This record gives sequence, structure tokens and C-alpha cells, in this order.
Amino acid sequence: REKMWGILRQRGIDGGGLSLRRTRSASVSARSYAAGSKEMTVRDALNSAIDEEMSADPKVFVMGEEVGQYQGAYKITKGLLEKYGPERVYDTPITEAGFTGIGVGAAYAGLKPVVEFMTFNFSMQAIDHIINSAAKSNYMSAGQINVPIVFRGPNGAAAGVGAQHSQCYAAWYASVPGLKVLAPYSAEDARGLLKAAIRDPDPVVFLENELLYGESFPISEEALDSSFCLPIGKAKIERQGKDVTIVTFSKMVGFALKAAEKLAEEGISAEVINLRSIRPLDRATINASVRKTSRLVTVEEGFPQHGVCAEICASVVEESFSYLDAPVERIAGADVPMPYAANLERLALPQVEDIVRAAKRACYRSK
Amino acid sequence: MALSRLSSRSTTLLQPLATTSLLRRRHISTDTTPITVETSLPFTSHLISPPSRAVETSSQELLSFFRDMALMRRMEIAADSLYKAKLIRGFCHLYDGQEAVAIGMEAAITKRDAIITSYRDHCTFLGRGGGLFEAFSELMGRTTGCSKGKGGSMHFYKKDASFYGGHGIVGAQVPLGCGLAFAQKYSKEEAVTFTLYGDGAANQGQLFEALNIAALWDLPAVLVCENNHYGMGTAEWRSAKSPAYFKRGDYVPGLKVDGMDALAVKQACKFAKEHALKNGPIILEMDTYRYHGHSMSDPGSTYRTRDEISGVRQVRDPIDRVRKLIIAHDIATEKELKDMEKEVRKEVDAAVAQAKESPIPEPSELFSNIYVKGFGAEVNFISPLETTLSFGADRKELRATLP
Repeated sequence: REKMWGILRQRGIDGGGLSLRRTRSASVSARSYAAGSKEMTVRDALNSAIDEEMSADPKVFVMGEEVGQYQGAYKITKGLLEKYGPERVYDTPITEAGFTGIGVGAAYAGLKPVVEFMTFNFSMQAIDHIINSAAKSNYMSAGQINVPIVFRGPNGAAAGVGAQHSQCYAAWYASVPGLKVLAPYSAEDARGLLKAAIRDPDPVVFLENELLYGESFPISEEALDSSFCLPIGKAKIERQGKDVTIVTFSKMVGFALKAAEKLAEEGISAEVINLRSIRPLDRATINASVRKTSRLVTVEEGFPQHGVCAEICASVVEESFSYLDAPVERIAGADVPMPYAANLERLALPQVEDIVRAAKRACYRSK
Repeated sequence: MALSRLSSRSTTLLQPLATTSLLRRRHISTDTTPITVETSLPFTSHLISPPSRAVETSSQELLSFFRDMALMRRMEIAADSLYKAKLIRGFCHLYDGQEAVAIGMEAAITKRDAIITSYRDHCTFLGRGGGLFEAFSELMGRTTGCSKGKGGSMHFYKKDASFYGGHGIVGAQVPLGCGLAFAQKYSKEEAVTFTLYGDGAANQGQLFEALNIAALWDLPAVLVCENNHYGMGTAEWRSAKSPAYFKRGDYVPGLKVDGMDALAVKQACKFAKEHALKNGPIILEMDTYRYHGHSMSDPGSTYRTRDEISGVRQVRDPIDRVRKLIIAHDIATEKELKDMEKEVRKEVDAAVAQAKESPIPEPSELFSNIYVKGFGAEVNFISPLETTLSFGADRKELRATLP
């Protein structure tokens, strides 16, 4: 087994060997921390969530490319094949349309597939099954055919993977009634939302982020419990503030928190909201916050036109217009296919300084 | 014959009861003594030994074939009229001519075996036990429809009979059907899934992707190509380099069947079910024909001749084949069969009339069944804002809290 990990480390699999090292060190160092102060990587959070749900419900099974023998392209499904066997963990050929359709058909019959897309860019090969076969079935059948499936995998930009491997699909999937779309940020988000998604009787699109997989977050005892679940459709206020509301999801939550630190140095108190759920969108939490602060900055990595931010801005303008003291602000990925060159890639994605600048604009502190 | 009956009316009462027509029919409809009939044509096979041409049936079965196919035929003709009367809107794809496939299949399988098909699904729904009233109501968008009026012609379902629709996207039902088979194997159900698709869908890439996985994982999937020789307006020779659809599975065995012969269909489906339970996927190509165009928007005569259509109707009609069998085996007379057809017509007309009177859905139904489960979030009230919303066209006018 050690030899296997050695080989994988040599291959330079992203985060493969690393996660094993990290887990070990986390469990060692946890003993020296104060009680209740554990840390967990997002990768381990996702792995443990799938593991626990498979253990609790024999109808849950995992399907996707390299999820079994390879231990998962990003090691999210590490150890599951060994633990549950080939009748619960299925390695598929590289045929997204085929295996996604098979997953949806299995869900029609009452099983609970967790279908992995190696990245959501490849979900486009199967998008007809996600939208037409899964999302709409409960409605078209007036409740006869429900589809308890989870489509999960990394979404959005990674690092240097170019235009075909960097798109964010949050806006696309979240526009479809019948789907639920979740986007975790922290390890607690990852655990709670994935467990909720697997238990949910409706189709859920679960948008992870490759660059967050290796990040460690503190995790509570409650979140480590196997019954832990987060509600779908509820955003989390990561940081309280009173001057400006910053709304975002996934990796950008980390950037927004850093921006809030910088803004605090300049006397601006930013409230940071982690959406957790793109569909349904927690309009109540967003609007309540804006009614308190009077200013809105929305942030996402995806393309700006018709993005998640556009929907949030529209919602706030419609529902809380008289509370706004400034125009709504959108920070999004550049309106270009993702370039490869590192400097251009950096320009194509939101940075902390972009969020800070937009917040200051909303506060009339800059041009 | 009628005249002789009239003149001997007084003597009829003295004759043995068995010869009076009414009682004779009752006696026959429960007769299950096996009759062996040969299929019209031998089966052509690919990578497998074909089943025998000798099919076991019975009087009861042949009569039920006749009646059920007549019912399906009548239903489709009634749907044609309703569409022209604008009571059915949108798409309406009719199955008349292809009834033998639905009927023969049902005779070979149980309700635990699953069926999934394309948008040409009205008769398949009936075959699975669906009702005429539910079908017509659905077609006319009434709340008494099998999908409460929310699905329409292409989205009939009957989950309690393992009928999973009714699908509008050409070819999508094939991977879905392999998924149903996957679930049957996963749950050790000893049942199979019949996934039906047309000659047009037979070229879809996702079919080959699903077939590859089905063969790799030994899924109990029977892929049934209902080859009616036209994919909408495109004849098979113009769309497929190889229209030998039963061979297209390559490493997957296949059987070509006369799809206008209900007994051949029954034999093939029985054979395929046994195969799939033990050995994984198999392809059945049903050589069939649709009298109507692709849908009600297609006259069906711009890409094929009226002579071709009437020729098939005269020589290969599935209902006439069974009619001839019944008469040849002395199971019923031509008049009795015509009476049966009249009864069927009345039944269909009654269902249409009842459906016409049925209510349309309540406006609140716009927002029902989007999800099974609400979102589990506590409603965070900043009146009038709620967490779990859906919207009508004017979101300030029409919005609903999803339960």
C-alpha cells in the first residue's frame, strides 16, 4: 500500500500523496491542540461524507472515471473501492453521455448514484441527461418519477489548465428549475452539503473546486458526526459587518474574507456571505444583509454575462431597491476564454484587490 | 349465414347451448389450451442461435391480442381526430401499425420487467396497464391525465407497472434504460429492462456508449429497435450506412423479428429476456411500420408513397394477421370480431367524452412537483421575502413558496 502511494507521488498526481501526508499530520497535530479544535481538508471532508452515506444506505453507489482503482482523479473517492467493493464503486469508460444516462436511469429505479465528472467541463457531454432526463422528470411525471442523484466534481478555474478546462457552470445549472445546485467552500460545507445532497430525493449538482481540495479548515465535533447535514438553500454569514455586503461562493469566499480583512484596516466593515447554495438562492439572507448595510458587492469566478452575480444583483434591486445607497457591484471572471499564460490567467480571474476596490466604490471611497 | 340463423330461430333454442354465438365466445375467451403457430418469417440472428419459429399461444391469448391491438388502434385514430380538432396540442406521435410490438412484448414479460421508450408512447402506456381515460386526459392537458396534464403526449409514465416513460429527446432513453437494468441487477431483482428506440435513434452515440457499459457490466438490458424504416422524413438507407440494426451491437448478439407479427414479437422477447438475465445485453430489431407520419405535423406522404402505406396495410397489418389466425383456428367468427371492434370503439369514444369533460389543472399546479423535497431551510422571514421561491412570468405578481 505504501508502495502504491509512493508510485502515485512520483506521478505527481495533484494532491494524491499530499493528502495522505496531510491527514496523518493533522491527526498527529490535533492531539497537541485544545479539545474540539480539529482540522480537515476539503478532500477528506468529501471522502468521509461519501463514505458515511454509503455505509448508511446500501442504495448509494459511486460511478465515474477513475473513481475506483485509481482512487479518484483527485483522490476524493480514495479507499472506497477497497472498503465497499466493485458492486458499490464503478469505474466507467470515458463516455459521459452513456454513464450519466445510466446513472439517471438507476435513480429512476430508486437507487442513489453519486456520479463524478472529472471536471464539470465534461458534464457538457452529458448535459442533456442532467437537464432533460434528471431535472425535469419529477415535474413532467407529476411526481411519479423522482431522481435522487448527485452529480459532483471540480468546477471552475484550476491553475494553468486552459480554456476548455476552466469554465464555471454554476450559472448554467442554477438556472434550471428541478435541479438543486450547491457550492461548498470550507470542509464543514463540503461534509454537510454533500451528505445533504446524497440524502436528497432530487437531482443535485455539486460544484467543488480543485484548488480547495487540499486546503485545511477547522472542523467542529458536530460536523464530524455521521448524522451531520447542512440545510440546502441556506447561505452562511462568514463574517458579520455593517458597511457593505459581499456575496460569493466557493473559492471566492476565501478571497472575500481576505478582502474584508484589508477593508477593515481602512475602516470599512464588510459582511461576507457564503452562498453554499446557488439553487435555491438564499435571497432572504442576501436581502436582509443588504437592507442592513445598503451596499452590495457580488463575486464569482465564472463568466460575467448572465452569471450568478447578475441574478443576485437583480434580486436585490427588485426586492431592496430603496435600501441601496450605491449601485450594485459585480466582480466576475473576465469575459474571455481562459488563457494559459500565468499573467493573463491572473488577469482573467478575480483577485482580492478587485473585491476591495469594488467594496470601496460601493462605499464611495474611490472612483 | 345470417339468413339461415333467422329462419331457424325457433330451432336455435333446441340446439345445444355450445353453438349459440354468445356462449361460444364466453367458452373460448377462457380457453388456454395451447395452440402452436408458426411465425410469418424465420428469425435472423447475429452471434446467437435464433429461437424456434413455433410459438405457443392459446385462444384466450389470440383474442386478447386482437382486442388490445384494436383498442390501441382506435385510441390512436381518436387521437388523430382530437389533434385536428385542436384539443391535443404540440406534438402527437402515433403508433398505429406498430401495435404488435407493444402487445407481443407484454405477453412475454411481467410488470416487474421495465419498459422505457421514446415519445411514441401512447400504446406502450396502454400495454403496461394504463387507462384510456388517463391517456386522453393527458393528451388534452387535463388534471385527470396520467401526468396530471403536466407532461403531454411524450411524457406518459406508469411507475407501478415499471413503465418509465415517454421521452422526448431522441436516443436518451437508451442509456436510461441501461440504467434501469443496472438497478435491477444491483438490487438482484431477476428482471430485465426493455429499452425501445427507433431506426433514427439507432445511430445515436449515447446508445453505443450505454451498450458498451451494459456489455462490460453484464446488465440485463434488451435493446429493441422499432425499425419503421423512417426517422421522421429520412428513410433508413439515407441515415444508416448499415441498416442491419440487429447487427449494430457488434459484440452484442441480435435478432431480427417481423414486428408486425405479435407472436414473433412474443417469442423474441421471451428469448431475449432469458438471454439478458444470464448473459447481458441483446438487441432485437422489430421490422415494423407506422401508418401515420412521424407526428401529426407530418402528412407522412412526402417521403413515401401512398401505395407503400396501403400495401403494408393490406399485406402486413398486425391486427388483420391475428384476425385471420382467430378465424382459421375457429376461435371466433368474423362477425364476432367486428362486434368486438365496435365495442372497442364505444369504449374509446366514452373515454374521449369523459376526458373532454375533465377539468384543467389549477394554476397552483404550475409550481407543484418541481422538487420532491423542500429545502430544509428555516424560512428566514423578512416579509415578503422567503427562502424557497418559484416565480411566474411577473415575479412581483405571481410567486409561490415551494413546500
